[in-house]
Amino acid sequence: MPVEPPVETPRDLAEAFRLMALSPRTPIAGGTDLMVRITGEIGSPPDQVLDLSRLEELRGIALEDGRLTLGALTTYAEIRRSGLVARSLPVLAEAAATVGAVQIQNRGTLGGNIANASPAGDTLPLLLALEAVIEVGGARGERSIPADQFWIAYRTTALAPDELVLRVRIPLVEARQVRFRKVGTRRAQAISKVVLALAWEQADRKDRWSHVRLALGSVADRPIRARSTELYLEGSRATLETADGAAETVAAEIRPIDDVRSTADYRRQVTARILHRIIRDAGGW
Amino acid sequence: MTSRTPERPSAQSTVATPARPAVRPAEAVIIAPGIAVRGHLITRGPIRREGPAKLTGDARYADDLVFPGAWYGATIRSNLARARFLALELDPGFDWSTVVVVTAADIPGEPLMGAVKGLTPDQPVLVPVGGDIQHHSEPLALIAAPDRRTLRAARRAATVRTEPLPPVFDPLDSDKVFVSHDVVAGDLAAGFAAADMVLEGEYRMGHQEQLYIENQAMIAVPTDDGGVTVHGSLQCPYYVHPALMRALAIDARQARVVQAETGGGFGGKEEYPSLLAIHASLLALKCHRPVRMIYERHEDIAATTKRHPAVVRHRTGVLRDGTLVAQEIEVILDGGAYCTLSPVVLGRSTTHAGGPYRCPNVRITSRAVRTNTPPNGAFRGFGAPQVIFPVETHLNRIAEALGISPLEIRRRNVYRLGDVTPTGQVLSSSVAGLEVLERAAEAVDFDAARAVTHRARLTGQGWDAVATSPLRSPVRASASGIGIALAWHGCGFTGSGELRYNSIVTIELDATGQVRVLAANTEMGQGTRTILPMIAAQALGIPSDEVEYAPQDTALVPNSGPTVASRTAAIVGGLLVNAARKLRAEVEARNDGRSFARVYREDAARHGASRASDQFKPFPGQPFDEHAFTGDPYPAWGWAACAARVDVDLDTGEVAVREVVAVDDAGVVIHPILAEGQVEGGTLQAVGYATIEEMKVQDGRYLNDRLSTYLIPTAVDAPRITAIMVEAPFDGVPHGAKGLGEMPMDVGAPAVIAAIHDATGIWIDRLPATPERVLAGLTASAGANESGRPGSGGHDRPGGRP
Ligand SMILES: Cc1cc2nc3c(=O)[nH]c(=O)nc-3n(C[C@H](O)[C@H](O)[C@H](O)COP(=O)(O)OP(=O)(O)OC[C@H]3O[C@@H](n4cnc5c(N)ncnc54)[C@H](O)[C@@H]3O)c2cc1C
Repeated sequence: MPVEPPVETPRDLAEAFRLMALSPRTPIAGGTDLMVRITGEIGSPPDQVLDLSRLEELRGIALEDGRLTLGALTTYAEIRRSGLVARSLPVLAEAAATVGAVQIQNRGTLGGNIANASPAGDTLPLLLALEAVIEVGGARGERSIPADQFWIAYRTTALAPDELVLRVRIPLVEARQVRFRKVGTRRAQAISKVVLALAWEQADRKDRWSHVRLALGSVADRPIRARSTELYLEGSRATLETADGAAETVAAEIRPIDDVRSTADYRRQVTARILHRIIRDAGGW
Repeated sequence: MTSRTPERPSAQSTVATPARPAVRPAEAVIIAPGIAVRGHLITRGPIRREGPAKLTGDARYADDLVFPGAWYGATIRSNLARARFLALELDPGFDWSTVVVVTAADIPGEPLMGAVKGLTPDQPVLVPVGGDIQHHSEPLALIAAPDRRTLRAARRAATVRTEPLPPVFDPLDSDKVFVSHDVVAGDLAAGFAAADMVLEGEYRMGHQEQLYIENQAMIAVPTDDGGVTVHGSLQCPYYVHPALMRALAIDARQARVVQAETGGGFGGKEEYPSLLAIHASLLALKCHRPVRMIYERHEDIAATTKRHPAVVRHRTGVLRDGTLVAQEIEVILDGGAYCTLSPVVLGRSTTHAGGPYRCPNVRITSRAVRTNTPPNGAFRGFGAPQVIFPVETHLNRIAEALGISPLEIRRRNVYRLGDVTPTGQVLSSSVAGLEVLERAAEAVDFDAARAVTHRARLTGQGWDAVATSPLRSPVRASASGIGIALAWHGCGFTGSGELRYNSIVTIELDATGQVRVLAANTEMGQGTRTILPMIAAQALGIPSDEVEYAPQDTALVPNSGPTVASRTAAIVGGLLVNAARKLRAEVEARNDGRSFARVYREDAARHGASRASDQFKPFPGQPFDEHAFTGDPYPAWGWAACAARVDVDLDTGEVAVREVVAVDDAGVVIHPILAEGQVEGGTLQAVGYATIEEMKVQDGRYLNDRLSTYLIPTAVDAPRITAIMVEAPFDGVPHGAKGLGEMPMDVGAPAVIAAIHDATGIWIDRLPATPERVLAGLTASAGANESGRPGSGGHDRPGGRP
């Protein structure tokens, strides 16, 4: 039985900040997470809702100082349609295409995925691997939070109660390779059993890997970086030995759980195998 | 009989326009594409009657019906699988005068209900205080309130006190047997003695949820005569009707059941609506107002019936050439907490257990047992899918062990005309097993497709290349395979079911000249409302849009039996043809033999209303002995084959079913598009059963009781489905139909599992073949391959239980 909390719709960011400063309100962007909570069956429903839909400041995709900037209200459909994304960071469009299905992609936003902080949020490992910076703000001002400091505990972010997610900035790096893989139960409308993003730098295919970033979703209480595996891969080449070692390292590094979607064993094994596959493909053997 | 393969490869799915069978029963009524009506040629059948209303949102489902002043009802349920119900505590801080509360003490009639006439009434309408709770989410009390807010507050103010009792969850541990059978044919020991090879296997299947789009919904309206009218989402008005009479102690006229537009049933609205109708009525009679009980998805999945989980064991003796000589089969169905329909479901499991294969020496033992989970019940296929997957998979393993192709071993053993089944039925007509098999094999070029997989295996690109150590990606990222399966499906009820119902169908020509069919069979998406008028119109010689279908309201229509067991087109359709012929003869006789089509309006104006009815009469053949399980359990059998192609992701164990060719013999095809819809929907449900639909149960509770966690295939998971119809008419009914809806559900899963084997070399013996089970099989087979033997998946993986 749904509740109907009061909703306010600020016209600009200043008004939104002012309202948030009065007392904490629950922002609503696309509502694809929030409306699930409105029934009160799963978690507590919001008391007071702040509708972000008129905040034009939070829209748009742009290229600024070598960084791809996406407003918090950017939808998955917009990401998929964006020529800029297709040219500068196609892997982001690839990830957006795996979220829910068309209806969810039309409404769901990047900012919502970030603030919702689900351990299975599909874009979050990618933001971690790409070393994105999340810009947040409120009446007290704006600040930048590196992605790896944003999701601090189970469904908990570094966001203060009076702050909003404003935008995301992703550095574009010339020689960077990025791979994304989501494993769900079905081909659409599936919450990830494992989601993996891997980035590394390599000027030439024969070069050793540097600046390796491996991030994972659905294998911990929050999206995580697999730092031991990153270290293992740093400076290596894409050989069978590397792939075997990386697979073993990541399997030892993560502590997934059994839940209603899958088992700890499966998650560990599949994380290792898809990482192994990515290295195999990169090595071309 | 003959059939034709479609030649429209570009379409997402195609249906073959059936050629007329060469041999037809005398006086067959032919209702199919190609008949000329008013100068038009019907090629695909008329549009479905309620289609436009459903498309435009005008269709009124139960929740759309408005009853001024109606209250909202809710159910207080147990949160333990087995317990003593000690007390219902009502918080004195809440004003209980604003709501009504119903407990078992308020039931005026019988406190226990049975699913249908003749079955043990063992299920409490509400568990009484002091009584035993037998499953999680069992109804203990009911509350109705004028608005949802008050209802929510009242629910919070009511607390259930219980004392836990030890539950039983494993059907193999249960000592309560609802029903059992033992079917013996020939001499089993002699059969095994003569065998060149004996193979044993055990197969398991879990629950499957019907997942109709519209949740269970019922609105009860008290009437002036002390009775009640219910409007709801339901399959069987005449199941609900006697259930209300018994529980409420009211007579037949005081109880009235009206079907609202129903958003899917699949068996899930066969028996459960009776309980919900009683609940809504108890509240309505107590508060003297209409009461709405519309379940939310979570409650619907948590509390209502599912497909029975099963354990099936096979021990089979064969000759070197693949000929079956002995089959020993044990079937155990998990009935859940109460008897409900388990005996009927087990009946079908028992008669179908041996598969569509001739075998002289057979023993089938079967039982349905009690466990402390919500009662399991009717679901498309009704006990057949649980035995067809085992027998088909077992036969494939035998074929592999003997080095015979899966197609060839079926050709050798499939029933032919004149063969005798384990219950002693002589298959004397309408036998199309070989035909459907050959059509499926030909449509996918089965031998050639298998040869490709086989060659890959020989060149090191096959099973060896897919097997890997647990943490290593194999050389190939994916593997493809093809599988085939065959099934039979008994037409209508098992045994003397039809005799028990004595169904009546009426057709009327009213005084205004309107022709109308009166039957209790419900539309729930499958096409009843469209095809029954077509059948009547054909018999009367008039266009189908001149025939109305009366609403399914027990005050208006006779009891033509439930809408279950794929019986509507076949059995009810047959009665309708006879009734229509009587009406036509009567009208034509008093109009100098002029055709009904020409004179019927004029006749109505002159003579007033006319009616004709037909009532079920036993089919010829041996009677069925329900205790010994001998005789003819069904008057005819439908036949189905399925070929499936899959891709298996070798890193993750995910299975993508790419293509399914489904060949079904429904006797005759009445409406090609609706028939195709049945095949596509049933196939997709079977693909879900085979691959991802898994109910996770912990302490007797369904963990994934939401749409976000109980996953079924989406449109993008759907294979390309080709439906090919074969027609082997049934001569026991005038129009030849045998029913179609369940066959695609029976045969899909074993075809998919066979295809997974073809791709990877692993045998999945437990449904569904989740990625977890497939990956376990793949990595186990890596170890086993070193000793030259592919492994078996799914034995030891709990498959995601936390
Ligand atoms: C059917 C279905 C399928 C789904 N499939 C997927 C999937 O495949 N992968 C996946 O990752 N997710 C999936 N989701 C979850 C959801 O769609 C995503 O997390 C989406 O990105 C949420 O965005 P939104 O704009 O709808 O968020 P909302 O529901 O509006 O908000 C989500 C949360 O974030 C907060 N919030 C939103 N915007 C801001 C902001 N700018 N500042 C501060 N807080 C904010 C809200 O208060 C709320 O707590 C699915 C959901 C549904 C219903």
